[in-house]
Amino acid sequence: MSGKFARQRQDWGSKLGEWSTGAATLLILAILAVILGSALINGIPNVSLRLLLSSSSSDMFEVSKAGLLPLLVGTVARVFLMTLFVLPVGVITAVYLTEYARRTSILTKLIQTAVNNLAGVPSIVFGLFGLGFFIGFIGRNMDYLLGHSESEWGKPALLWASLTLAVMTLPVVIVATEEALRAIPPGLREASLALGATKLQTIIRVVLPNALPGILTGAILAVSRAAGEVAPILFTGAAYYMRDMPHALNDQFMDLAYHTYILSTQSPNIDKTRPLLFAVVLVLLGLTFSLNIVAVLVRSRVRRKLRSGH
Amino acid sequence: MFPSAPHEFDWKKIRRGNRFQPGEWLAERLIFLVSLSAILMVFLIFLFVAREAFPILIGTATSASNQKVIPASEMDKLSAEQLRVYLGMKPDDFKKQDRETLKLLMEVREEAAKETPDDRDSGINTVGWRYLLRPFQWGGLSKPEYIWAPTSRIPKFNLIPLFVGSLKTTFVALLFAVPIALGAALYVSQLAPPRLREWLKPSIEMLSGIPSVVLGSFALLVAAPFLEHLLNLPTMLNAFVAGLALGLTCVPVIFSIAEDAISSVPQSFTQAALALGASRWRAAWDVVTPAALPGIFAAVVLGFGRAIGETMVVLIASGNAAQLSGSIFDSARTVTATIAAELAEAVFGSPHYRVLFLLGTLLFGITFVSNLAGQMIVGSLKGRLEGKR
Repeated sequence: MSGKFARQRQDWGSKLGEWSTGAATLLILAILAVILGSALINGIPNVSLRLLLSSSSSDMFEVSKAGLLPLLVGTVARVFLMTLFVLPVGVITAVYLTEYARRTSILTKLIQTAVNNLAGVPSIVFGLFGLGFFIGFIGRNMDYLLGHSESEWGKPALLWASLTLAVMTLPVVIVATEEALRAIPPGLREASLALGATKLQTIIRVVLPNALPGILTGAILAVSRAAGEVAPILFTGAAYYMRDMPHALNDQFMDLAYHTYILSTQSPNIDKTRPLLFAVVLVLLGLTFSLNIVAVLVRSRVRRKLRSGH
Repeated sequence: MFPSAPHEFDWKKIRRGNRFQPGEWLAERLIFLVSLSAILMVFLIFLFVAREAFPILIGTATSASNQKVIPASEMDKLSAEQLRVYLGMKPDDFKKQDRETLKLLMEVREEAAKETPDDRDSGINTVGWRYLLRPFQWGGLSKPEYIWAPTSRIPKFNLIPLFVGSLKTTFVALLFAVPIALGAALYVSQLAPPRLREWLKPSIEMLSGIPSVVLGSFALLVAAPFLEHLLNLPTMLNAFVAGLALGLTCVPVIFSIAEDAISSVPQSFTQAALALGASRWRAAWDVVTPAALPGIFAAVVLGFGRAIGETMVVLIASGNAAQLSGSIFDSARTVTATIAAELAEAVFGSPHYRVLFLLGTLLFGITFVSNLAGQMIVGSLKGRLEGKR
């Protein structure tokens, strides 16, 4: 109906406004399509099973001799460890904020402000923090207490990189879980209490299982974000080149995202490296992007549930 | 009001439900403690980044390469503690040395002092605030200049070229990202048909799924050669190319927040405008946009925070020359790229290492303030619009 009235007063200014904002939307989508398209077109011919399942033997800058297996293992290991750390802390914080905290209390506002600010801290500052706190403070003191003469823990390592990333992705998990918990109808909680369950039993057996899709979204978004980050692991664990895979928590590791940076800036001959670079970019995008799509799909389902209001 | 009425039921006020269990009391305390971790982390980040920069902040760090030299013949005039500090030894090591060794060490020091050229610059503590922020006429220069040269013989740590580099790339990024992100937000929220809107929003937000290191390498491989050719630029990698790629990292941020703000304006605003005969665009532009203006402003502020803190894009695509220049088509080096590129080579605890942590502290401060400001604006807007309803 409104459209009918609107058409009567259509003027040139309005037309221009609609066209230009529509063009802006289209421009963003076009850029996205160009990036994805060129990664696919240039990447697919260079990705082979051999490339994915072997490690670099002689020349890590050439597509026919390089292998990505150590990179994949390193990235998956750091992201997996990170999830182990960030998920419990993030979910418990969200449970406190939605199920226990009073919205008006100063402490609640303080926690919420801290979460939002943590989300805005530049990733390179997380790198400095990981170096100063995890390696310089915790790692060094562990060496001192355990009586190691050489530094076993006070050096860049898989564990420290994962912990740094866990701190970085904490807000992602908290916000997603909060959203999922708020989407659960209060009636469910009341019914559980009415049947004689305690509050904690209600949260563990009724609220959390129902919020699982939302919590998963948070975890997936965190993994997708962390997998593509380089700055936080620059000083805390990523290695330029390693012969072996990481075996222990205090080993360094090779990493897909970090390797993208190395290939684009340190190559002796960029024209020879280009095919390999596109292959690595495609694998990395495949990882972060497919995860992101899954998260967006799950999230939009959760939001629709929330909006429909039960 | 009857407190027993069903809609008065308050889940938050329930503590432990019907039966008391001591285990639950403990678990709930634990939940509370864990939830404080976000506050703890923000605090720890500030503490441990600022800790390394602290000697510079209070002015006790020194980079001067020649200290006052005490001749070995005057050794007996010094107390044991003074001698230890002069030689820069740990108490344990100091006790183990005999007198002859110490005397020898002092003579070595004396010789070394004779070797180093005794020019004016080597006596300067270059991490003093005066040298960090203001131009200085170093030996061999014809006029005072801002110089960042941490690895030269006299390390120079002027921060101004780096901040100018950061502001230049951020400026280009926002110039590019703000109009298209806000335009798209207005279109998606107000003008697009509802069915299109359903998939436009998630599609644009997909842009945040591209890692910044990938955007950086695309800027290097695809955009930089193309733009160099097109605009006939003097250098392939410059603040302009980096700024464009940087803009793509803030588009999703600005878009999401602005779209939320515009969508949170009550429907009645639009309906009233349409009823008075306005076109959809007029309603969106003259009625909804002014109401959402604080939120749109917050989106830009948060986009700024994202752009100035971004590392990998500028590290790969900005060219990284630490020269002071006003042109956006010159190579630029940002604060973030400097930290990323130089920290691995800086000696632990050296003045260079501390200056890099100082940069990190300043960066943390800048983003902290801009985030806080953005959040406060969003919060007050929400309150106002909900009040109006």
